Amino acid sequence: MAAQTLQSVPGEPTSARHEQSLEDVARRDAEGQAYFDKVMAEDSRIEPRDWMPPAYRKTLLRQISQHAHSEIIGMQPEANWISRAPSLKRKAILMAKVQDEAGHGLYLYSAAETLGQPRDQMMQDLMDGKAKYSSIFNYPARTWADMGAIGWMVDGAAIANQVPLCRASFGPYGRAMVRVCKEESFHQRQGFEILLELSHGTPEQKQMAQDAVNRWYAPALMMFGPPDDDSPNSKQSMAWNIKRFSNDELRNRFVGMMMEQVKVLDLTLPDKDIRFNEETKKWEHGPLDWDEFHEVLAGRGPCNAQRLERRREAHHNGAWVREAAAAYAAKQAKKQAEKETAA
Amino acid sequence: MTTPEPHAGNVWPIWEVFVRSSRGLSHVHAGSLHAPDAAMALRNARDLYTRRNEGVSIWVVPADAIASSDPDSKGAFFESPQGKDYRHATYYTKSEGVKHL
Amino acid sequence: MSTSPETTATPAPAEETGGHGDLNVGVKAAGGSGEATASATRITPGNALRPEDIALAVSSGSAKPTEDVAEIALRLGDDALILAQRLGHWISRAPELEEDIALGNIALDQLGHARSFLSYAGGLDGRSEDDLAYFRREHEFRSASIFEQPNGDFAVTIARQFVVSYYQFELYSQLTQSTDATLAGIAAKAVKEVDYHRDHSAQWVLRLAGGTDESREKMIHGFKVIWPYVDELFRDDELTARLSASGAAVEPSSLRAEFDRLTGEVFAEAELEVPKVQPAPGGGRRGLHSEHLGYILAEMQVLAREYPGASW
Repeated sequence: MAAQTLQSVPGEPTSARHEQSLEDVARRDAEGQAYFDKVMAEDSRIEPRDWMPPAYRKTLLRQISQHAHSEIIGMQPEANWISRAPSLKRKAILMAKVQDEAGHGLYLYSAAETLGQPRDQMMQDLMDGKAKYSSIFNYPARTWADMGAIGWMVDGAAIANQVPLCRASFGPYGRAMVRVCKEESFHQRQGFEILLELSHGTPEQKQMAQDAVNRWYAPALMMFGPPDDDSPNSKQSMAWNIKRFSNDELRNRFVGMMMEQVKVLDLTLPDKDIRFNEETKKWEHGPLDWDEFHEVLAGRGPCNAQRLERRREAHHNGAWVREAAAAYAAKQAKKQAEKETAA
Repeated sequence: MTTPEPHAGNVWPIWEVFVRSSRGLSHVHAGSLHAPDAAMALRNARDLYTRRNEGVSIWVVPADAIASSDPDSKGAFFESPQGKDYRHATYYTKSEGVKHL
Repeated sequence: MSTSPETTATPAPAEETGGHGDLNVGVKAAGGSGEATASATRITPGNALRPEDIALAVSSGSAKPTEDVAEIALRLGDDALILAQRLGHWISRAPELEEDIALGNIALDQLGHARSFLSYAGGLDGRSEDDLAYFRREHEFRSASIFEQPNGDFAVTIARQFVVSYYQFELYSQLTQSTDATLAGIAAKAVKEVDYHRDHSAQWVLRLAGGTDESREKMIHGFKVIWPYVDELFRDDELTARLSASGAAVEPSSLRAEFDRLTGEVFAEAELEVPKVQPAPGGGRRGLHSEHLGYILAEMQVLAREYPGASW
C-alpha cells in the first residue's frame, strides 16, 4: 500500500496535527513506541501507517531498496546470455527468470514506497551511485555455465536469506518476500539442472561447470554479509524482527546444503577447509577475502561501472516514453472532464 | 474509472492491484505498481501479478483514491466489537447438542 | 523447499500444498488466519498445448506434417523465433520496469509459438526444434524481413509489434480452421496470445502518437521505418496456393483487407496516416534475407555450434 497517499477516515483528527504542541508530539511518540514494542514482543507485524521508530523506518528503507536494486541490477548478468542460450528451452527459462527478477524488483520497490520514499527517488539514488546493491552482480557472467552457477549458488544464497525474511516484522516486506520466494523456487532448480547437464556432458562442458562454480563460490558466500563480529547493524535488525538469523548462521547452513548438492553434481567446491564441526554441530568454511568484498561494494568491482551505465541508459532512453504516456493520460483526463462538464 | 492526476514529467502514479484467484472468490490485494493510466495499470497488473495463473480477474485502484482507517486496526476505531460475544453462536451454550440449531 | 530453514516453523496453507509442493515456500502471511482460499499468490502451471506436447506427438508418430505443411510451419516458426530473439534484447532495457515484464511476456509467447511450429516442422525429417534453430544457415531460414528489423527505439519496436501482431492474429485465426490438426492446435493457443499482443501495441501506438510532440514524431518515424516490410507478409506463392487449396492454410493476400481495416481503426484514433513508402521486395520466404539476419544468427547460434552434439 502506498501509505503516504492514503487518506484518513473522516472524523479522524489528522488535520489538527499542525497545531500539536511539543508535549502532544512527545506523548504520541511515547504511545507509539509502547505499541511498537508490544508488536515486537508479540512477534506481530508493523504496517505502513503505524508509528515506528525513525531508525526502524530508515533501516527498512535502506534494506528493502537495496534488495530491490539487487534484483534490477541482477537482471543484467543473465540477460547477457538470453540471446545466446544454447537451446530454445533454456532460452525460454532464462527469459522467464530474468523477467521474474524485474517483477521481484517491482514488488520490493512497492514495499519500500509504503515507507514514504517514491520509486523514482530510489531509482535516482541507484543511478547516481548513492545506493548499494548486492556486490555479486558486479562480477561478469563469462560462460553459459555461469547461468547454472548463478541459479544454483547465487539464487540459492538469496533464497536462504529470503525465506526468513518472509517473517520480517514489516508487513509489506514480508508479503513481498512470500511472493518472491514462491517464484524463485524454480530459479535455483533451473540453475542446478544446467550444471547437472554440463557436468554429465563432454569433458569441456564439465570443465566449464567447474570453472563457474569456482568463480561464484566465494562471492555467493559473501552475499550473506560480513561476519557477525563485523556486522554492526545485524543485532538491531534482529531485535526488530527484520533479520531472524545472523549472517554467519545462514552462511554456514548454506555451505552445508551446497556440500550435499555438489556431490549430486559430481563437482567440487573450491574450499578445502569446509567441514562439519561435530562440537558446534555447524558447518565451517575457509577464509573469505573480505577486502575484495569491500572493494567491490565500494564500486571498484569488475562490472560496477558497466552495470550502472546500463541502468542509466535504459532509464534515460525511456524518459520520452514515460513522458508520452503521462502526457497522454493527462490529455485523456482533460477530455473526459470536459465531456462531463458539457453533459 | 477516473485517472489520478498524472505527476509532473515522466513519473507514473501508483495503483493498487486486487486479484480474484478464481471464480467465486473475492478480489484480494496483491500489491501495487506504477502506470500512466487505468488502461495501462490493468495491463501492467496482468503482466506483473498474474504470470503464473494467479488470477481470473483484476481490479486496479489509484492508490490515492483509497481511504483508510488510521492507523490500521488499533485504537478506538475497532474497540466496540471486542467483548460482544453474544454476536457469535458459540455464546449460546445451553442450546448445544440440539440438532439442526 | 529443501533450502528453507523455516519450513518446519510455519506450516503452509493447505491450499498451496496439493500437487505443487515444489512451489511452496512453507510460509504464510503474518497472522495467516485470513482467507487462505482467496490468496492472490496461488500459482499453477495452467493447462495448455506446450511445445513439448508437439515434440512428443511428433516423436511418437501421432503427428506428422506433409512436406508443404512442414514448410509453412518452418516459416511461422522462424518468424516467431527471430521476433523473440529481437524482443528478448529489451529485457533489462525497457523504458520502465513494468514494460520490461510486458515485452518479456510477449517474447516468451513468441518463443513458445516458435518452438511448437519448429518441433512440428522437424517432424518431416526427424530434426528437433534445436536442430532447426541452431544448425541451419542463414539462407535456410524462412522468416519474412519484418521480423529481423532492428529494435530501434521503443517506437520502432512498437511499430513492428503492431504490424506483426495484427498480421499474426488474422493468420492464426484462420489457421485454427486448418485441416491439419496440429497446425490448428498450435494456432488456437497462439491466437489468444497474439490477440493480447495486438492490444499491447495498439495501446502504445495511441500513447506515443497522442503523447508529446517528440513521441508523436518518433511514432511516425517508427512506422515509416517498418512499413516497407508489410507487403511481403501478404504475398502469396506456390506453397500458400497449394496449402490453401488443401485447406491446411490460407493465402496471405486474403488476410490483407481485415488487417488494413483493423490497423486503420487504430491509425484513425491515433490520427496517424499509413506511411507512404515503397514496399521492399522481401524474399525471406525463399531464404533471401536482409543484412540483419546474419548477425542475429551469429549471436543466437554461437554457443550451440561451438559444442555440436552437446546436451544442455
